[in-house]
Amino acid sequence: MRRAILDVGCVIVVIATAALAAAGEIPLTERRSGYDMMSRDTKAMQDDDTANPAMLWVFEGETLWNTKAANGKACADCHGDASTSMKGVAARYPAFDPSRGQAVDLEQRINICRSERQNATPLPFESRELLALTAFVARQSRGMSIEQNDPRMQPAIATGRALFEGRQGQLNLSCAQCHNDNWGKELAGSVIPQGHPTGYPIYRLEWQSLGSLQRRLRNCVFGLRAETYAFGAPDAVALEAFLMWRARGMPMDAPAVRP
Amino acid sequence: MARALINVPPRAKRGQVIEIKTLISHVMETGFRPSSIGVLLPRYIITEFVCTYDGQEIFRADLYPAISANPFITFHTVATQSGTLTFTWTGDNGFSVTEQAAITVE
Repeated sequence: MRRAILDVGCVIVVIATAALAAAGEIPLTERRSGYDMMSRDTKAMQDDDTANPAMLWVFEGETLWNTKAANGKACADCHGDASTSMKGVAARYPAFDPSRGQAVDLEQRINICRSERQNATPLPFESRELLALTAFVARQSRGMSIEQNDPRMQPAIATGRALFEGRQGQLNLSCAQCHNDNWGKELAGSVIPQGHPTGYPIYRLEWQSLGSLQRRLRNCVFGLRAETYAFGAPDAVALEAFLMWRARGMPMDAPAVRP
Repeated sequence: MARALINVPPRAKRGQVIEIKTLISHVMETGFRPSSIGVLLPRYIITEFVCTYDGQEIFRADLYPAISANPFITFHTVATQSGTLTFTWTGDNGFSVTEQAAITVE
């Protein structure tokens, strides 16, 4: 019982310290990707394409890229060789879609192509096929720097920033309190990363599977005991856009392995 | 459809120790996890992995429910002659995948 009271006291102290610290942004030169904070073993797993389980999805995505839909069109029929046409694409998503007048992320873009160009049903979020296609497209941007400088994206980025810095959930915490103010410290034995989405979709060892950035965000939001965003919700895309803007200039390492 | 990734050096010197890496796509459902409605999900795992080098068995592993999804198995062997390495994974529900890789030994 005494131990429990002590623990609660510690939590309050930590939260109070976090609240006192100014929610300052991480200086551009001090940014570190999740990769930099991983163990040597996990890095080795990501770096070797024959050990990185995400490559299973990438090769499946390559097959899907060349598979014709019912209307006879494959992704490759419009976009050709993905290694040139998709180079750098994942590094600048979410992007503004003029016909919809809003930001869309890579998964949504793939589904828009599916429904409008291939006359096929959109793939469900987190389905194996959608993850495979996203991983295949994201793989083509490995090593390229993240860009998020379209002025039309500014409203989405501003919304995302408000979500990132605003307190939410029963724990009344903001994303910034962990990922801006307390990165590098430990939370339940795990290092708190800065939260840069450089390698999505990721193979997360905890998931034993590939997952999207939205799935990862749901994890964090659930941890705050707040209501999670629906997959594809404008708020979720806005938060993705802000995180990519925050990680601007950092190199992509998709599809990454994370603990 | 299970997909496997295999990494065998395409050429090696006779007597050289080579590293072989294999990765296969599989959920490795343990049989101990309840589903969202509280019923146990049936066990679905790979139970056996065998590698043969020109028909001769050089590596075998039994797999159990504690092995992670998408098992990554790596091992070493001595390159004796040019030939074919055959990899076979078998498991529950009639799961069976066979892949081959060629090696040239000089």
